[in-house]
Parts: sequence; structure tokens; C-alpha cells
Amino acid sequence: MSFPILSTMILLPIAAALLTIFLSAQAARVVALGTTLVLLGLGILLWDGFDIGGPQWQFVENAPIFGRFAWALGIDGIALMLIVLSVFLMPICILASWDSIEKRVPEYMAAFLLMEALMIGVFAAQDMFLFYIFFEAGLIPMYLIIGIWGGADRIKASYKFFLYTLLGSLLMLVAMLWMSREAGTTDIPSLMQYNFPVDAQTWLWLAFFASFAVKMPMWPVHTWLPDAHVQAPTAGSVILAGVLLKMGGYGFIRFSLPMFPEASAQLVWLVFGMSMIAVVYTSLVALVQQDMKKLIAYSSVAHMAFVTIGLFAFNRQGIEGALLVMLAHGLVSGALFLCVGVIYDRLHTREIARYGGLSNNMPYYALFFLFFTMASIGLPGLANFVGEFLALVGAYKANSWVAAVATTGIILGAAYMLYLYRRVAFGTAAGEDTASMRDMTPREWLTLAPIAAATLWMGVYPESFMAPMRNDVTALLARIERTAPAGDAQLKMGAAKPAQAHSAAHGEAH
Amino acid sequence: MSIVDSLLLTLPELVLTGAALALMLVAAFVGDKATRFVTLAAIGALIGAAVSLGGRGVGFDGLYSADAFSDFTKLLIYLAAGVSLLLSTRFFAAEDRLRAEYPVLVLLATVGMGMMVSATNLLTLYVGLEMQSLAAYVLASFMRKDVRSAEAGLKYFVLGALASGILLYGISLLYGFSGTTDYHAIARSLADGVNMGELFGIVFVLAGLSFKIAAVPFHMWTPDVYEGAPTPVTTYFGTAPKVAAVALLVRVTIEAMGSAVASWQQILIFTSLASIILGAVGAIGQVNIKRLLAYSSINNIGFVLVGLAAGTEAGVSATLTYMVIYVLMTLGSFACVLQMRGANGVHVEDIQSLAGLSRRQPALAAAFAIFMFSLAGIPPLLGFWAKFVVFDAAVAAGLMPLAAIGIAASTIGAFYYLKIVKIMYFDEPTTEFAPVSSYVESSVIALTAVAVSPIGYLAIPMLGAATAVAAKALF
Repeated sequence: MSFPILSTMILLPIAAALLTIFLSAQAARVVALGTTLVLLGLGILLWDGFDIGGPQWQFVENAPIFGRFAWALGIDGIALMLIVLSVFLMPICILASWDSIEKRVPEYMAAFLLMEALMIGVFAAQDMFLFYIFFEAGLIPMYLIIGIWGGADRIKASYKFFLYTLLGSLLMLVAMLWMSREAGTTDIPSLMQYNFPVDAQTWLWLAFFASFAVKMPMWPVHTWLPDAHVQAPTAGSVILAGVLLKMGGYGFIRFSLPMFPEASAQLVWLVFGMSMIAVVYTSLVALVQQDMKKLIAYSSVAHMAFVTIGLFAFNRQGIEGALLVMLAHGLVSGALFLCVGVIYDRLHTREIARYGGLSNNMPYYALFFLFFTMASIGLPGLANFVGEFLALVGAYKANSWVAAVATTGIILGAAYMLYLYRRVAFGTAAGEDTASMRDMTPREWLTLAPIAAATLWMGVYPESFMAPMRNDVTALLARIERTAPAGDAQLKMGAAKPAQAHSAAHGEAH
Repeated sequence: MSIVDSLLLTLPELVLTGAALALMLVAAFVGDKATRFVTLAAIGALIGAAVSLGGRGVGFDGLYSADAFSDFTKLLIYLAAGVSLLLSTRFFAAEDRLRAEYPVLVLLATVGMGMMVSATNLLTLYVGLEMQSLAAYVLASFMRKDVRSAEAGLKYFVLGALASGILLYGISLLYGFSGTTDYHAIARSLADGVNMGELFGIVFVLAGLSFKIAAVPFHMWTPDVYEGAPTPVTTYFGTAPKVAAVALLVRVTIEAMGSAVASWQQILIFTSLASIILGAVGAIGQVNIKRLLAYSSINNIGFVLVGLAAGTEAGVSATLTYMVIYVLMTLGSFACVLQMRGANGVHVEDIQSLAGLSRRQPALAAAFAIFMFSLAGIPPLLGFWAKFVVFDAAVAAGLMPLAAIGIAASTIGAFYYLKIVKIMYFDEPTTEFAPVSSYVESSVIALTAVAVSPIGYLAIPMLGAATAVAAKALF
């Protein structure tokens, strides 16, 4: 058996977390940063070792040590990219919390390392119940992160986050129990090929939907997200937006679509309806926010609606687009929260009206903020554009009304992001203290520059990110194509006509 | 089977009875100076009883049965009784109530529990139950100068007597309509249809037993008794008698009423859901940690009954798994509660006094948080596995609505467990606690915390196999 790299990636941060609890603040920071960097290295090794076009599941490990379920790990391209995203954001989170977290540092670092282990576990789990355990266990460290190191109203936010997500997930557990009885296995790859009875699928789908829709989050169960984001410390928001929200989308790809294709097709109206409302409604809500983090939180809900629309378009463009939006949003919204964190650390307020004219005294900061604002809007050449464009093309093939409504989201997105940027970076400073804020420190450079580079890379050459996932999308499409609902836009590829005939036809028309 | 063989079957009970009588003499002649010795000797007797388990067969002409099921539950009962004895001496020494009778009473109650789980006849059942209860009433009011403790004992006695009456009435109905008090004979009699008299008998027996396991709607004594009884006694009440009563209920429903599942399943489904919901809602407003844990026990009994309501072998095995994990979590939580002492050494029970515990005693707070998350059933802690197996059994038996409602209601329960974590971790410190002084208590906390941590998952195959063997003995 080869080196168990996935187990190492899960167990190493847990061991480091146990270690940091007993260290001093500074030592805990160093250990946490070191561990996350090692994991980043392992993540790169993983990407490097992933054989594109090879077997669907790679780095497979299976140890049936729990009786009823197994310690079964393995990744496909989709899981690989999400793991890479997690390990990429994690050192940045630790750096972002270097100075801004002052109380109970060892516990804070331990919570983040634990979080990282659980995130990798969610994406690597190949056993349904192991997945569930990782999926749910993430609630505990996040609850503590929001509750201990959060803002003024952190208690309510932490409760809301915990109970909302828990209720959704528990129904999923009942469905999982039934599925394991019915199919006689808890192995996710086998379950992805199992045909569940069509009438049972609807119930199972709804049970999973209850969990993933909350996690995603979709309108109208998104209300925990703005609270959690606003109250969480900066790094907590980055992880929440960057990785935890992706678990919902990952769940749809891993469970809902391949395991219940008939139910997915039946209930596509529900997903589309909720996503269309989300795009327009949350964008409008974002437009009137006074709090920067809340604004970005609402924009996340709108962006996640693109993901659900793309996934349930039942075609290659839609699904690939959704996957790219997930990755791009992970980078861009994470970076935007970091940008908010930079100025929050200086002025200790998130109120937009307290800022202004930052382009004068913080030119580099204004540059980065503009860069990520543009990326969030979907400027071609930056990460979000590719995914959103593909998702909308896919949506258009499925249903042109959905595509039309969803596209307004891009316009509204430009409106609220540019409006935010204008109020923060242009104009005159709201006060003496705002005008005298210093530009970014080298540490802040270190947090934002790598994300900027990745955003540009994903915008210019998305193939690097798309290539590992392409075969998995093909496999998924093979499962769901038979149930795909007919689209209303009857697109036909025009036959390439010979040049002569073309000019003849041209002439006739005259 | 000769009388000698029958007596040999009851060897664990004989060991405990002999030890209890001998220690009673020691207590009478040496006095309270001997308390520590008597406690250790009592623990030794429990170990001796555990070692002498393993007899197989039915003794006393069908009154008593020793099988894998009774062995498994007795082992758990002895463990719970032993640990609560370990936790008792420091508490009573601090309260100046160190009495040598205490371990003797615990041993006598434990003998009663052994009879309960081995009973295969309604009369043995009743005798065992009463033996356990009589000792328990005294234990509840052990701090007799404390008004709350005296009240707890009295309340427990009056309501317990009422429940025994209900149970006895049910037994007499079953006897009257089926002509026997033997479990297997009752099962044969129920197999050809349940008539009205038998149905009433079943209902009354289940009502009486619901009182003993503190299931809704017969739960109202629990918060008062838990709060009033001295904390080590509450630890004991929360674990050993619960296991015994649940095991008794399992044996009665499966062995005696197994041929009429339909007539008791809906009763269990109702009590189960009612206990889950009422236990959770009732706990929300509590300010006393022991009352809160009382409601938590009601809530947990609801989950136990989910497994039993399935009425299958897997269901019984799930119920036993739940009880094992529940006992570990309860012992751990109460060991933490015992550490809640103000700087002057006086015990406090106010939840708010835990504020900021994570800053003052991080290890204790972490252990307490582990127990709370585990009781809430959040993975990766072992409490999740307990809920997993009972709901798995319910789903396998086709009880989907029960599973869906029950599991959704566990979110309500999560709320108050989170409240404790919130107070310990998010709030600013207020009261100063005396440091954890006892090695015994801190090692109990540490061991149970490790057992319910993810490391405990490695024991799942073993636990699953053991409970499966125990459950098989009933079918």
C-alpha cells in the first residue's frame, strides 16, 4: 500500500491542534502556520500526483475499523480541487489572524487546525457515514470560533449557525440510514451507481436538500449566513465563505444528482425557483447594507445561486460552470473578507459610512480591493467570469427564463459592489482617523497577493482547474442525462456550410 | 435444575448480598470511621460479583434467568455503581455526612437491580424492583438534615409507591387473564390474540415501568429527586437504576409481550417522542445543573425507547449500546458537576457559576464540553453513535415517522447543551472554583472523556458484537 496521504492530511492537523493547546500564544501561531504550510505542500503533491484521465477515484484508502462503516478515503477531481482550495486558504487565514486575535490564541489556532482536518475529511470521505461525521463535526469548531472570538452579537449568531445547520443535517441522516439499508452499502462510489426506487428518491432528495440548501445557503434558509459572517472573526468568515459554503454544492454533486437523478429532474423547478429569487432578492438586499461584511455575505448567497442554477441545468456547461464558480467564489469572497479585515483591524468598525477616500492614504489597499471587487463582479480575465458565464450558458440551454433572471444578478452584482467600492475608496474620508490609516503591512500583502495571483490564473487559464474535473463531470452526466428535463431553448448547431453555397445563398437573399 | 444449581446461577447476587451483610456488621461495630474501608470493600464486592458472572440457564423453576443479556447489563450496572461509589467519599466528607451505611445501601440496591434484569417472572420482577427502590428511597434522603434531600426522598417514595401499585395492578390483570406470571407462558397466551383484560394489563405494566425509567408522562419526580438527592446519589440514580429499569423493560416487552408487538409498540412510540420533546423543552429554562441533567436524562430515555420501539433484535442491541454510552456520558458529566465547588469548598449547582470556566480550568471545561456535545449527539463524539444505532434500528423496522420526528426534535435538545458550552466558553468568569483536588475524580473525568471522544469509535466493533450477543439471548 502506498503512502496514505489523505489520512495524513486529516490526522496531521488534529495532532497539531492537540499540541497547540499546550503552547504559548506565539508558539501556537508558529506551529499552526507551519502545519498549514505543510498541508499546502501535501495538497500540491496531491494535485501533482493526481492522474488526469486515470481512474475516477484515486489515493483510495479503506480501513473497516468502525464495524458499521469504514475509514474509507479517496478523491476524484472535484474533491481534489476543493481540497486544494481549503489548504490554500488555510495558511492565509492563520496569517490574517496573526495580530488581530489577541485573546486565547492557542485555542483559536487549535480550532482552525481542527476545522482544516474536518474540511479535508468531508471532501475525501468515501463512506457515507464518515462523510456525515466530518460534515457535522465541523459545527463544533465553527461554533467556538464565532462564539469566542466573534463580534458584539456573537452568541446569537453562533446559536443560529449551529442549530440551523444541525436541523438540516439530521434529516439527511435519516435518509442515509434508509439508503444504507436499501442499497446494503455505505460506500459512496457504489451508491452513486445504485438506482433507488423512483418514489423513494423524492423523499431522499428532499432530506438531503434540507441539509445542503441550508449549508449552501439558498434562499429562504440563508438567514444564518449574514449573522454568522458579520460576527465571525475575519479568518472565520474567510473559511465560512471560502470552504464551508462549498460543502453544500459538493453535496449536490456527490449525493443529490448522481444518487437521485429522477428526483433531481422532478424537483428542478424548486431549485430554479429558489435560486432565481435568491439572485434578485439577495442582490437587492446587498445594495442597501450599511455593514461591509453583511453586504459581502449577501453577495455570497447570490453567487451560490449561480452554483445551484448551473448544477441543475443538467448539462456540461452548467455543471462545469458551477464548479468553477465554487472555486472562484472561494478565492474572491475570501479575499474580500480579508480586505474588510484589513481596514477593520485599523478602525474597528465595519460600517461603510465610517470609511471613504481610502485610495488617497491606502493606494495599495485600494488597488487590491478594486481587483477583488472586479473579480466578484465577473470581469473577464478574472476568476468569477469563467464560471458564471458557463453556468449561465448551461442555464440558458435548460430554461431561458432562468437564464434571463439570473443574468440580472450580474448587473445587480456590479451595482452593489461598485457602490460599496465608491463609498469606501473614493470620495473624502469620513474622519481624521480614517484619513490617517496606514497602508497594508507586509503581512497583509502576504495574505492578499497569493489570492490575487490565483484569481488571475483561474481567470486567464481555467483549464488548469477544469482538467482534473472534466472526467468526473462526464461520469456525472452519464448518470443524469437520461432524466434531464427538456430545455425550452431549442438550440441547434448550424451545419458548417461550404463557402460557395454560402455566397450563393447570400446572393439569393439579395 | 436442583436448588444448588439455581443458587449457583445467582452467584453474583449472593456475593453482593454476603458482602452487604458483612459490611453492615463492620459499619455497626466500627462506625463511620470505617467508611473509606467499607466503600473500597463494596467496590471489591462489585468486582467480585462481576467476576462471578457467566452462569447460564434458568433457575428456581423459571423465576430467574442468567444469560448473555443479564450478564451484559449487570456488568454495566456494577460499573456504574462502582464509579458512583468512588465519587461519593470526597463529597460526603466535605459535607460531613460520611456514613458507613452508604456503600451498604448501594450494594443492596445493586442486588435488587441484578434480580430485575434476570427476572423471567413478574413476581421476581416485582421483588427485585422493590428491593432496589427501598434502598434508593433511603439514598435519596441521605443528607437528611438538608430539606431538599429529605423532600427528594419523600417524593420519590410516595410516587414510587404509586408506580409500584400501578405495576402490581397490571401484573394482577395479566395474571388474571393469562393465568400465569411466567414471561414465556404470558407470551404464549398473548400469541393467540390480546383480549381486553390482557391489553389493560400490558398498559398498566408499561405505565409502572415508565415511572421507573422516568419516561414522559411519568417523569415528574425526576427533576426534584435529581436536584434534591446528594450529587453522588444522583450520579448513581442517573446510571445504574436506569440501566436496570431499561433492561427490565426490554425483557418484559420482548420476552413476555414479544408475541403482541403491535399492542405495545404505539405506547412506546408515544412515550419515546413525548420524552424526547418534553425532556428537551423542559431543560431549556433550568438554572440548576442537576435539574438540567434530570431533563437531559428524560430526553435520553426517549432515544433509548426509539430503539426498543423497533421491537427487533437490532433494536434491543441498539438500546444496549445507547445505555453503555449514556452511562459513560452521565458518569462523566456528574463527575464534572462534583467539581463545581466555590473557593470555600461549598458545592454549587447554579449553571451560571460555570461562567468562564474555560479560562479558569481549561481541562475541566473541555471535558464538560465534550460530554455536552456528546449528549447532544454531535459527531464525532460517541453520543452521536448512540443516536445513530437507535435510529438505524427504527428505520430498519420501518418506523420512518418516528425516526424523522425524533431526530428533528433532538435539535431542541442541542440548544440547552450548547447553552452550557456557551456559558463555559463565551461568558466572562464570575465565580472562582476550588481546584480539582481528587485524583480519583479527575481520572474518572479523563477516562470517560476519552471514551466518548472520537477514540471511542474504535470500540464500536467490539461494542456492536457484545450487544448483538446480549440481544440474541432474548429472541
